[in-house]
Amino acid sequence: MKFLQNIIHSIKPHFEKGGRFEKLYPAFEALETFLFVPGETTAHGVHVRDAMDLKRTMMTVIIALVPTMLFGMWNVGYQHYLAYGMEATLMENFMFGFWKVLPIIVVSYAAGLGVEFIFSVLRGHPVSEGYLVTGLLIPLTLPVNCPLWMVALAAVFCTLLGKEIFGGTGMNFMNPALLARAFLFFAFPAYMSGDIWTDLSPEAGHAIVDGFSGATNLVTFDVNFHNLPSASDMFWGFEQGSIGETSAAACLIGALILIITGVGSWQIIVSCVLGVLGMGLVLQGLAPADMPNHAMHTPAYYHLLMGGFAFGAVYMATDPVSAAQTERGKWIYGLLIGAFTVILRVFNPAYPEAVMLSILLMNVFAPLIDHMVVEQHIKKRLKRA
Amino acid sequence: MGKQINIRRGFNIKLKGTAENVTTEVPTSEIIAIKPTDFPAITPKLLVGPGDEVLAGQALFYDKDRPNLRFPSPVSGEVAEVVRGAKRRIMEIRILADRQETRYKEFSKADPAKIDRAKVIEQLLDSGCWHYIRQRPYSIIADSVDVPKAIFVSCFDSAPLAPDMAYVIGQNKESFQAGLQALQVLANGNLHLGISADGGLGESDMGSISTDRIHRFKGPHPAGNVGIQIHHIDPIKAGERVWFVHPQDVVIIGRLFLEGRYRADRIVALTGSSVSTPQYFHAITGQTLDSIIGGRLNSDHCRIIQGNVLTGKKSSADGFLSFYTNQITVIPEGDQPEFLGWLLPGFQKLSLSRTFFSWLAPNRVYDLDTNMHGEERAFVMTGQYDKVLPMNIMPVMLLKAILARDIERMEQLGIYEVSEEDFALCEFVCTSKIDVQKIIAEGLTYMQTEG
Repeated sequence: MKFLQNIIHSIKPHFEKGGRFEKLYPAFEALETFLFVPGETTAHGVHVRDAMDLKRTMMTVIIALVPTMLFGMWNVGYQHYLAYGMEATLMENFMFGFWKVLPIIVVSYAAGLGVEFIFSVLRGHPVSEGYLVTGLLIPLTLPVNCPLWMVALAAVFCTLLGKEIFGGTGMNFMNPALLARAFLFFAFPAYMSGDIWTDLSPEAGHAIVDGFSGATNLVTFDVNFHNLPSASDMFWGFEQGSIGETSAAACLIGALILIITGVGSWQIIVSCVLGVLGMGLVLQGLAPADMPNHAMHTPAYYHLLMGGFAFGAVYMATDPVSAAQTERGKWIYGLLIGAFTVILRVFNPAYPEAVMLSILLMNVFAPLIDHMVVEQHIKKRLKRA
Repeated sequence: MGKQINIRRGFNIKLKGTAENVTTEVPTSEIIAIKPTDFPAITPKLLVGPGDEVLAGQALFYDKDRPNLRFPSPVSGEVAEVVRGAKRRIMEIRILADRQETRYKEFSKADPAKIDRAKVIEQLLDSGCWHYIRQRPYSIIADSVDVPKAIFVSCFDSAPLAPDMAYVIGQNKESFQAGLQALQVLANGNLHLGISADGGLGESDMGSISTDRIHRFKGPHPAGNVGIQIHHIDPIKAGERVWFVHPQDVVIIGRLFLEGRYRADRIVALTGSSVSTPQYFHAITGQTLDSIIGGRLNSDHCRIIQGNVLTGKKSSADGFLSFYTNQITVIPEGDQPEFLGWLLPGFQKLSLSRTFFSWLAPNRVYDLDTNMHGEERAFVMTGQYDKVLPMNIMPVMLLKAILARDIERMEQLGIYEVSEEDFALCEFVCTSKIDVQKIIAEGLTYMQTEG
């Protein structure tokens, strides 16, 4: 490692003030601090610091995303071979998905980090670690058939309008990855609905099986919820959907990693779940008895397993920057996300991906929730006086 | 005896290098220096010049705004030099200490229990001991015309590697109790003491202080911070003033009444992983640090801190012991870059989060260095500060109000109750490496000047 350190040390002067590549310093610095945690020491205030920094935080989220990513890759292959009625081994399924998903991830990182680097060079601020997570979140929320140019566009949109325009990581008020997803959803409806969830690239000598339907369970359920896959299929994720969202089980592993390490807020995850169950039960209670197939009859816990709820609640709602910041605010924020998800799913078939919209909506309301919590806190403090 | 107060939020940073219960006398160093910069918010005016003979207890300078606030010399000798900094600011007053015997300025002896409040104030002002009495809000030297709501003394220190107060005070029990008596009079009976539920000084060490004013605290640091104790015993409201005194300063005040002399010697703990044998030293304020740490360090690449690792001031071997210093901590400097340090499992790294595997060994004692472990970033992680601030205060909201210089909001969110030291742990845990204590200090200064 001494070798690498020497190289960096020897080229550093070119990037420092007065050097030839002075303007590229943020880019150089990003690379340097990526390789080496800097030997910078505390100057004033506390003399020792907790070992955690933003890089570590983001790395933990990425580790928590790995189960959903791996399962998503496998499921892409599984759904593909299923559509053609072919038998495939675990490895074949996985490798098929791997080669389909990898380009999406690479493009997402390349486009997003490119914008991030350009911005940091132009504005002279350090490259922030935020995109390490966002760059993986975007592919996982997309259908596997999404064209790569759209992935790149989403990544650029999310970095520019989701983040940099407000001042970079920590300053945005909406979750950048979700914003990108919503952007694609509204800007390219033709690409984002219909038979896009399963990769149907032709297989020599095989035809698509009869009775194949490209509809995700969110669409199925609005028509007749009895046609949904079994609860266990939905829990494990043997269903069509965006790459990373199908398996509630993989999200559960991710949730455990986030909660144990303390990186994700357990309050938000738990309150999202409670919100869904609560609203699900209310609707079940109010469901019209004469329409036994109406979506309101759906068992409440189905909503936890369907669509992208688990993924959204675990990885999107917990984004600390765009979520409510006060402890009580987090509970309100989560409960409302859960409740709105169920309401949108049941009553508005035009927007099947309700969890995305409810999280974005609550991102906008999070400052208001916090404001009310702080006002309550101040009132309580005054009462004590 | 009041109800036990349980502090749940907080964190004990376990470091290597706790002082052993051994006290060594250090001879007074040749040069003693008094630093007016140790005292917050005063404008020093000199009373002596180079060449003047001074006695121990004789005032060296006073505060321009409060002329009766005087600062005495801890030793007798000859003023050698007045060191000035930028804009002729007085940095140090150096005194050539008497080699043989210290000559003291004599003050009247008195039993503090038998004199009235005015007499106690007079004695403290005359002898220059008043600056040991500090006030909240703002953590500045108290104003002698005020009548405080109460006086608080925290009789234990919960900071990392903190000196054991039971051991330190145990060597001066009589003076300590006399000092408490004096404070009792000064507080019109409203003297509150905080003790630890986990041992240390107990009710029986406090002399005649009524037990319902002795409060037992249980929990991790910052339970020993006087600000936290005030918050839980009798919180400060707008317009109120409370005073607080450090136990070692109580001893000095006690001596003043018992012996009629200003004796500024104290017991200083030398701690930290860079010290070969951490222990206590009997030293005098203003002493060179070298006379205490010289030859006792096991490395020359280290950080010398006056105070603890959370709130102490960076210092060097040729510095002088500051006025309120009861502890010197020496830890290694951490200026070595670490390859992919943010990626490694980190069994040896201390973190409150469980992102490093060290959380599996909660009882590990760490040898931390001064590395930042990352760079400053915008505020991202929420809920971290709340876990280490045991007060009914929303730390992030208060910090935002300070940054916005919103006086009304700061008041509403409790700026009067806080001090930098209470937020030290917030700064320690901060993922974004924000200088929390600095922001709090700015807020307090702003309130003092504008509020």
